[in-house]
Formats: sequence, structure tokens, C-alpha cells
Amino acid sequence: MTTQAVRLFRRMDGLLAVYKPQGVHWKLVRDTIETNLLKELNSCPPPAPQLAVQFQLLSSGENNGSKDLILSPSMLPTLADHPLVTGPQFHKVHVGVGHRLDAFSSGVLVLGVGKGNGVLEHLCKSHVTRDYTLEGEFGKATDNFSHTSRVIEKTTYDHVTQDKLERVLAMIQGANQKALITYSQVDLSTQEAYELAARGLLYPHGKSPPILTGLRCIHFNPPHFTLEVQCVNETQKYLRKLIHEVGLELRTSAVCSGVRRTRDGPFKVEHALTRQHWTADSIIQAIAHFRKTTRKIRKSGMYRQTAGQLNSSAKIQEQITSQTGQSEQTGQEHVQLTSPTSDIIVEKVTPGTLGEREVK
Amino acid sequence: MHLCQRCVSLLLSRPLSAALQPSTRTLQQRSHHVLLQLSRGQPPVHSLTQRHGRETWTSFGRRNLTDHQAASSELYNNKTDLAQREVGKHVVPLENSNVHQISSQASLSDIGLDAVVRPSPLQEISEEEAVQIQVPSALPPDSFTLRPYVDKSETLSKLVQLGVNLWELERRPNVGSMLVRLDFHADVAPKLLFLKDLGVEESKLGTLLTKNPFILTESLDNLEARVSYLKTKKFSQESVAAMVSKAPYLLNFSVERLDNRLGFFQQHLGLSAEKTRNVVTRLPRLLCGSLEPIKENLKVCELEFGFRGNEIQHIVTTVPKVLIANKRKLTQIFDFVHNTMDVPHSLIAKFPQVLNAKFLRIRERHLFLEYLGRAQYQPSQPNYISLDRLVFLPDDVFCSEVALATLEDFERFQKTL
Repeated sequence: MTTQAVRLFRRMDGLLAVYKPQGVHWKLVRDTIETNLLKELNSCPPPAPQLAVQFQLLSSGENNGSKDLILSPSMLPTLADHPLVTGPQFHKVHVGVGHRLDAFSSGVLVLGVGKGNGVLEHLCKSHVTRDYTLEGEFGKATDNFSHTSRVIEKTTYDHVTQDKLERVLAMIQGANQKALITYSQVDLSTQEAYELAARGLLYPHGKSPPILTGLRCIHFNPPHFTLEVQCVNETQKYLRKLIHEVGLELRTSAVCSGVRRTRDGPFKVEHALTRQHWTADSIIQAIAHFRKTTRKIRKSGMYRQTAGQLNSSAKIQEQITSQTGQSEQTGQEHVQLTSPTSDIIVEKVTPGTLGEREVK
Repeated sequence: MHLCQRCVSLLLSRPLSAALQPSTRTLQQRSHHVLLQLSRGQPPVHSLTQRHGRETWTSFGRRNLTDHQAASSELYNNKTDLAQREVGKHVVPLENSNVHQISSQASLSDIGLDAVVRPSPLQEISEEEAVQIQVPSALPPDSFTLRPYVDKSETLSKLVQLGVNLWELERRPNVGSMLVRLDFHADVAPKLLFLKDLGVEESKLGTLLTKNPFILTESLDNLEARVSYLKTKKFSQESVAAMVSKAPYLLNFSVERLDNRLGFFQQHLGLSAEKTRNVVTRLPRLLCGSLEPIKENLKVCELEFGFRGNEIQHIVTTVPKVLIANKRKLTQIFDFVHNTMDVPHSLIAKFPQVLNAKFLRIRERHLFLEYLGRAQYQPSQPNYISLDRLVFLPDDVFCSEVALATLEDFERFQKTL
């Protein structure tokens, strides 16, 4: 007989996306979510206490009429099972964090609850890219690339035009494309590699430095400008440094006034929970909403593991790029960049077709 | 074999002395004590050792109800020789905890002691002998939780019925042992009656004791002296009761300390006696904590923020929490409100609740209003939004009345910050 609390606990299994506000450490977010889940679980009624035979001094019945006290047994609930003595039913809910965000940044933060933590592992090992919006400001340089810290240098920026900015961005993109090809360990003179590159399915193997797969300027209003970036293996400090380097290339200086993650793999900002919704009901709803995505990530993770055991490099490449790769463009078409990742493509790759490719 | 004989002779001598002198500590008690000392760094262990003779346990398995004192001393005896005492043996018990040190395989019959007479369980005995049968209590001498003791101890059962959270208390070091050793009628009941006379509501007694169990060990004279001191300072009965409910540790502080604190507030804040009393009644935690952080907060208000004396007085009387707020958070809020929102000192002093609010809330709402073009905080201009409405209204009311937008718009805007 499962209690209400246990049934509620079993519904808390899966992945969800949360919008982390700026200035808040990611650990605080994780702790708040865990506290809210525990509060809901412990507010469920506790299991009934055990009964035990206790001897009590009760007055004898109306037979005697006198006030003789005799020991009579009765079944009473033991106080040892009282919630004030045993404590709360649940002490911990496993809540894990996917790709972390530092305190200065804001945006989508993927959390895994309960059994979803295993799937979170698969998500982190897979090569999903992340989407960022970087706000920059020309004219200043600071010691840690953000607009709140100590200013080191001030420069003029009148000479900067959108055209120049675009040129610098194209140059950075080119360098990143080269890095992508190098780290994807693919010989570009082969037909296979050319096709992958044309479809945008290259991605870096193993350890690699941060690589930008997409970069463009959304908004240009000197001194402020906004860049949109898709990247792999990045840290938020690297992205702020990128803004600084863009400034340097333009013969001026720039600081980053905001880093905002709009997408982490298949988790987008539209369905991320804001602070008001960090309650147990909304969390469970969000977990239910992302159930399909979670299943696909788990399946692709399992495929990757079995493929790793089969130990064939070409097969691995094809499987993984098709499972987790998105149709990555080099930043030209906006619509395709934000298309869902593993939804369509995993369905095509089934064990049947795998067998076919093997035969070929 | 020689070893066994020597140990057995030790056995024979030891329990005799233990049975004759109830206050003797046996080796078992000592070993438990050593274990306690070793395990000090670990979760608190509640022990029954060092108990005074008074008996508060409901006696189980006792057929003799009349002689309560005798029963108590016998029960205490039982606990000194807790392990492995054979039921039905009214002669000197042979086995002690030392048995486990000796090989248990060496039973006494092998050694051939004719001095020990072991009656069979089916043998009939007289009523007097039956009455003297001592059943060892099933209570463990020490445990990590209070669960084994709750049903048997009157103090603990009554505390649970009052609503005291024993689970939280047992996690604090030594509190569990202290509660187990308290006597309900001598220690706990007088204090509870005292608190009730003071005016503390019964429903709040549970939380009060959970936060401050040491009120039960404070002597009644001290408690009464402190209450009478507060009354001489013209605190009314209800205000004293409210203060004790809000700050459970209040009555554990000496009269000198309370006097010192009250004097400091009256002097430094420059408030009248009536206003000081009002502030202290609303936030009695001021009297409990250290004065250094309060002095620092006052300095911060005066020097960093630049408030004048009378403004600080007004802020403190409206929102006393500013005195014990976190300095860093206070500075962050003030910096944002004064520099980013461009609200002058006079307006902030008029609405000091904004210093008590959450920074993220103020920031998001202000940026939303700025985005909509409605960020107007000057009273002289049209469409003025007061700071307390900015901060205190719930989200839906704020969106509909102040920002004149929908809640979804606000959430979408939050995701762009």
C-alpha cells in the first residue's frame, strides 16, 4: 500500500528547465527547488502509527461504584511513530544540475530530478549545443570582462560601423570552423566528411576548447550591441572574453553587460520556469511536459553506449551526429538554428536501418 | 581454564557488591561511558547514565504497585546490571556484561560450580519470591534518537502532546539527554504554568520549547526576576508575552544584559521610552543578539547611505528589521533604489519597507516598468508609483494595477533579463 507521499515522490522523476535569474548562484536555484519539493512531500499525511498494548489505570466499571483504579490493557497508538518524534518522511530529493551557469549569467538551466539524473548524464555527454545572447558595450575594458567590475581602459568607438563588426564576426566564425573541423577528427578530403560538413553535422570529439558553431549580430546600436552565439564546450567567462576580443579586433574595447542562455540542447526558454513557478506543482507539470525529450535523450545515450562497445568509429560518428546533432548552419538562417534537435532524426535511426548500413 | 576461574571469581564478587550498593557503577556502565566519550564527535547519543534516584518511568511488568519507592530503586538496580540477567533467579546474578569478554562457550556448568543453585522455570515458588522477581527494562541505555524513550517517559510524552518537535531537538548536542533526565512534575510543569500565567498561548508553547528547550532548566526565580524587571520598565503583560513568544531565548538572558541592551537602544537611537518599547516589542530579537552588528548597521545607514538622524529614527521605528539585516544585501538594495531608480533619500525614508524587500523582486519590477515607460517615482509628477506599492503588491495585482499589463507579459519580460 503506497502512501500519497510515495506516489507523489514517484512522479518526481525526469528533466526540466528552469530560468535562472541574474546574480543568483546556481546552487541556490537547485537548493530552492529541492526545498520546495521536500515541503510538498512532507506535507502529505504521514502513515498511520502502530498500535501497541498499553496498560492504563482506568477506573473500574459501574459495577463497584467505588473509585478503584485497575490496570486495564488497551490498544493505543505509540508516540514513537508521531511525526514530531520520527521527523519528516523525506529528507532528500536528488536534484542534479546539467550545464552550469555562473552567477553573472542568466538563462535556461536544466535540472534533473530523481531518476532523471541518469538521463542528465547522457545529456551532458552528448554533444548538444547551447544558444546564448551576449550584450556588449563598446568603449570600456574591465578586468573580468563584465560591466560591473573595475574599469581598466576607456576608448573611443565612433569609427565602429555594423559593416566592420560583421567582418570581424565572419573572421571569428572562420577560425572556429577550422577548429571544428580539426577537432572533429575528420579528413575533409573524403566524400563522407564533405557531406557531413555540408549538412552541418560536424562536432568535436573528446576534449576540445570552446567552439562557436554559430555567431551573428542581432542588434547594433553603438555603444551597445547584441550577439547571438551557438557553441559547444563553452564557459560563460569565455563568452565574455569573446566580446572583449571583438572589441579588440575593432580597435576599440568592449565589455559584456549580459550573458543569457536561451537554449540548452532541446530545452528552450519558452518552457523554462520562472521564479514564481518554482513550486512542486509546476515542477511536476514541467517534468511531464519534457517527458518525451527525456526519453529520447535516454535512448540516444543508450545507443551511444552500445555503439561504443561495438567500437567502430564511422558508425559512432554517424549515429551520434544523427541522434544529437541539430541542423547546424553557420549562423545565416535564424529559423533553422532554433529547430529541435533529436526529435526528428532519432526516429529515423532505428536498429533496423543500422543493420542496413552495416551491410553496405 | 585458570583464566576462566579467575574471571569467574571476579564475576561472583562484582555483582554482589552491585546488588548491595545501588549507586555503584559497574563495568558495563563504565564501558558505556567510555563509548559516549569516544563518540562525542558523532550524532548525539542520549544516555540514561548519571540519573538521580527519582523515578519517573511507568513501571512495566511490575506486579507490586503499592511500593513505588521500592519499585523505583529496584528498577534502577536493574539498569545497572542490564545485560543478560536470567528471569526467575532471585539469587545473586552471575552473568554480567563481562561475560562477553570471556568465552561464552565456557558455561558455568563446565567449570562445575556447585555453589550456584539454578531452579528450573517449572518449579513453583511462593508469592513473596514471585514478587521479588526483577524484570530488566527493555530500554536501551543509550540511543541515537528519542524514539525508544518517548512512550515510557512521562516528560517526553507530555512534551510531544504539547507540540514540541523532539526530532529537531534530538539533533542538537546534549539536548536529548537533558530532556530525558528532566522530571515532569518537578522541573517541567512549574515552568509551563509560569509561561501560561505570563500569557503565552498554549498553541505557541510547542514552538517556543522547540526553539529554546533550555527554558526548562532555567530556575524559576531567575525567570520571575526577569519578568518583573521588564514590568518595571513599563512593558505591559501582553507585550511581555508577545516578546517571549517571538524570541524564546529572551528569558534566558540576565537582567543586566537586558538592561544594557535597552539602555543602548534608547541612547543610540535617541528614541523616547515609549517608542523604544514599541520597537523592542515588535522585534524582541534585538535584545537577544550581539550589539556589534546593530552598531555597524547604524553606521552604514549614517555614513554610507547618508541618512540624517531623524530619518534613521523614522526608518527604525517603521521597520526595525533594518537593524539586524544583512549589511551586504541592504547596501545592494539601497544602491539600486537610489542610484538606478533615482529615488531620493527623503522618499526612501518615507517608505522604508523597500529596504526590507527582496532585491530580485525590486529589480525585475522596476525594469518592467522602465520597459513600459511607467517608471515614475516622483510624487509631484503624474502617474506616480509609490515604493511600497511597487514592492508589496502580489504579482497579479501589480501587473493589472500598476504596470497595466498581463501576468504573461511580465513572465516573458522576466525571461529576457
